[in-house]
Amino acid sequence: MKSLIFRTASIYLLPLLLLFSIFILLRGHYLPGGGFVGGLMAGVAFLIHSFAFGLKETRNIIKINPGFLMPIGLTICVLAALAPWIVSLPLMTGLWFEEPFKFVGMVGSALFFDIGVYLVVVGSTLIIMFTIADTV
Amino acid sequence: MEILLVFIIGLLHAGGLYMLLRRSMFKMIIGLILLGNGANLLIFLIGRLVKGKPPVIDEGLKVFADAYADPLPQALVLTAIVIGFGLQSFAIILIKRVYNVLETDDLDELNSTDEEL
Amino acid sequence: MMLLIVLSGFLFSALTRPIGSIFKQALPWVFTALPVLLFIYFCSQIGVVSSGDSLTWTYKWVPSLGLDLVFELNGLSLLFALLITGIGSLVFFYSTYYLKGHAYMDRFYGYLSMFMASMLGVVLSDNLLALFIFWELTSISSFFLIGFNNEDPKSRKSALTALSITGLGGLVLLGGIILLSSIGGTYSFSELLSQRNSILSSSSYCWILVFVFIGSFTKSAQFPFHFWLPGAMKAPTPVSTYLHSATMVKAGIFLLAKMTPLLGGTPAWNHTLMIVGGITMVYAAIHSLFRVDLKGILAYSTISALGILVFLIGVGTEKALLAVGIFILTHALYKAALFLITGIIDYQTGSRDVSQLKGLQHVMKPVAIAGFIAALSSAGFPLFLGFLSKEIMYEATFKYAEIGILLTAAIVLTKIFLLVAGFWAGISPFTGELPENLKATKKPSPILWVPPLLLGVGSVLFGVFPALIEQSLIQPVFANISGLDTSIYLALWHGFNTVLLLSILTLIIGTAIYFQWKPSEGKFARTLRFEKISPQTLLEGFAVGFHTFAGVWTRAVQNGYLRNYVLSILAFLTVIMGYRFYEGVSIYLDWNQLSEITPSEVIVVTLMVISIIFAIVSTSRTASIVALGVVGFANCLFFLFYSAPDLAMTQFSIDTLTVLLFMLVLFKLPKNKIFSSKRIRIRDAVLSVLFGLLIAILTLEVFEEPSVTDISKYYADNAYLLAKGRNVVNVILVDYRGMDTLVETTVLIIAAIGVFSLIKLNLNPSKEQ
Repeated sequence: MKSLIFRTASIYLLPLLLLFSIFILLRGHYLPGGGFVGGLMAGVAFLIHSFAFGLKETRNIIKINPGFLMPIGLTICVLAALAPWIVSLPLMTGLWFEEPFKFVGMVGSALFFDIGVYLVVVGSTLIIMFTIADTV
Repeated sequence: MEILLVFIIGLLHAGGLYMLLRRSMFKMIIGLILLGNGANLLIFLIGRLVKGKPPVIDEGLKVFADAYADPLPQALVLTAIVIGFGLQSFAIILIKRVYNVLETDDLDELNSTDEEL
Repeated sequence: MMLLIVLSGFLFSALTRPIGSIFKQALPWVFTALPVLLFIYFCSQIGVVSSGDSLTWTYKWVPSLGLDLVFELNGLSLLFALLITGIGSLVFFYSTYYLKGHAYMDRFYGYLSMFMASMLGVVLSDNLLALFIFWELTSISSFFLIGFNNEDPKSRKSALTALSITGLGGLVLLGGIILLSSIGGTYSFSELLSQRNSILSSSSYCWILVFVFIGSFTKSAQFPFHFWLPGAMKAPTPVSTYLHSATMVKAGIFLLAKMTPLLGGTPAWNHTLMIVGGITMVYAAIHSLFRVDLKGILAYSTISALGILVFLIGVGTEKALLAVGIFILTHALYKAALFLITGIIDYQTGSRDVSQLKGLQHVMKPVAIAGFIAALSSAGFPLFLGFLSKEIMYEATFKYAEIGILLTAAIVLTKIFLLVAGFWAGISPFTGELPENLKATKKPSPILWVPPLLLGVGSVLFGVFPALIEQSLIQPVFANISGLDTSIYLALWHGFNTVLLLSILTLIIGTAIYFQWKPSEGKFARTLRFEKISPQTLLEGFAVGFHTFAGVWTRAVQNGYLRNYVLSILAFLTVIMGYRFYEGVSIYLDWNQLSEITPSEVIVVTLMVISIIFAIVSTSRTASIVALGVVGFANCLFFLFYSAPDLAMTQFSIDTLTVLLFMLVLFKLPKNKIFSSKRIRIRDAVLSVLFGLLIAILTLEVFEEPSVTDISKYYADNAYLLAKGRNVVNVILVDYRGMDTLVETTVLIIAAIGVFSLIKLNLNPSKEQ
């Protein structure tokens, strides 16, 4: 995996793939995509990077322990689910902002829920990946 | 096409079961993955095949104007795929761990007691 | 009120510890107060019950199962309740001295009051399910009491035997109860009574009888289940007194008596009971002559007496049922006394060997008096209660149709032997010269000798003045058992007739045998020769065989190989599904409805088939994994072809991840080896192909059915209107079924944590490098 082409490509591939994964995440409500797919895409992006530069480098890029992403994501999910409670609607009722945002479109509790799923998937994937790679 | 898919599903199940019955842990996982693929495909197929009409409402419309593929099995399979990934990675790690400790791939040699671990 | 009365025993039993820590040494006295109070309460109810009324209390317990706590106090249950609490009081009282200083005194009283409460529950329950529960509770509490000396392996074994026999019998009884309720539609005994005719004519009547009989016979130690009772004599003597002569063993009799108006009166009922009761009473009576251990004698004479009761219920005439009522009381009074006396002798001299014990009247006068009374009552001397019951018994059998002579002969014979046994237990130890080694015997404490003497007083009092119990106790009992309201009368003098002659004959022959026959070790040893064919040996052999069989079966089926479990489960599934398909399967495929096959799809399918086969047969790990990846990507293409872009994307990413991870991990593992033999591989292959075929056929069958799209349609129609999303799959995931997704992400987290801890966790810290 020390091929120069692969490495050079990876440098550009990582941010591109990450951006793409976020794009997939955000458009999920309207077009194919969503938290699960987006999260997995991001996982693949990091995996490719670690193939090119080694695990240490990838870890340095991520900086925070991916383990934290899981509880954060789960909390966001739960909050998104609980949010309608505050305005005394049944749990998980969709809440939406009236006006669409730029680039993102309509923003609602479902989007936050999806972001939570995204974070959980990224976190678990990375944890599994790093742990496995550690043992090799 | 359905007939071909049914054949594939049968093959995936048969192959998965056969591998599941092997003594080698590695083969067992292969069997697990094959069975998972088979089951996903089965659920998807039972939702009926519709070509080229994803369950996405067209821009500007509020409801479907045309026929569409059944979204429910798709949602089921989607989560099944992700959960399946969790299961597979756990199984992979498990055999890795067992192999590191016992240096065998043979399930029948796992009859040792905890003290030897 | 009644609930408290029945449950108070359980309450006391549960609170044994706290009571013990508060009252310390006084604990036995606190517990003794319980049966005494209950006895007084039940005595106060005699008036109400004897007027022909019955009192009922109802408490809902598990209404959905038809399980209510309905307590009914009628003649029969009152008699038993009085025995339970009355003899209970004496036994509780007696034990305060008998077990003084025993380390587990508190435990003993806890068990004893638990037993008393369960027994009260049995006799008072109108709901048959509740009766069953209490019935089993008596078995369980008696298990603890028999095994009270739990350091003695024999004691433990006896306890286990008793529990397995009575417990199994109880289970069988449950079968009978369920059958009864399935016919009658209720568990309430009083409601079932009104449906007697439909039960008698039902096809399962025969099975109900068998089940109820087995339940009663095991509990009441009838042949061939009798052997647990002599074994149960390992229990402390007060326990034997209470459980194994006066109350628990009578539960079976109680059940038969209770069931008589419901199930009785048919030839099947009468003949079975007569035969079983007859065999038991004669068999056990003869056995009792060969014992030298006082408790052994009493155990067998108790079995014999229980046999008499079963026999009398079987005879079933008015006189016979009257005799049942009186004999229950008679027997409880004299047999409990004899047991208590045995306990005193054992306590004071340390011996129970009837051939050694002589002349004890010189050292324990009051005990001797109680012993004489009990023995004479058991023999049926005039002016004792035993005389009354014996007279009625003889009369009942003598007047029984054609075989009356035969029945009378059997019961006279039994009575003669029982007389001898009673004399051995109640008279022999006290008469004659006091041997040297017993000279030093101390005088027993009044706490010990008052209870048997009180029982003796009862025997005499009721024997001389039968009017005391005639209307108040026996009449309602008779009414309950027979279901008739004929008036009864108990008389001391019936005039000179054959029955009186038989009675006198019994006394003379019995007494003559008593003076001629001396039990000894040698005679006892001779009976042991028949052990090989005794029911006990046979049943124990059966139990051992069953155990061995269970072991072999478990080793064969639960062999610890996961794949064998999978194999047997799926083989079974394949066989039954295969049978269903063999019966006929209808697959009509409407070719017009199916989608066309395009060349690109054919290529993908071919690719997939090849890679599946390759993944299976390849010997190289890497090749297998790559083939697996191809399978996944082909899958992904199918999703893409058939309008599932979300799935295709997910499958693609997952597949990439799995293959890469698999590669990372298994890079360095050795080559695939083939572990199993060719035969096994062929077997597995055949099963797998069959299984695959099965799934394929099932899938095709699904196409038969019209697909149900109501739910999907609702989701799709409202996706934008309600959830403001256009991608319905995503809307289902994050909105409609959001809660499911939430849980699924949690599962994913758990898997990740599992992976993490599996690697990072050090199973054996000492091996750390």
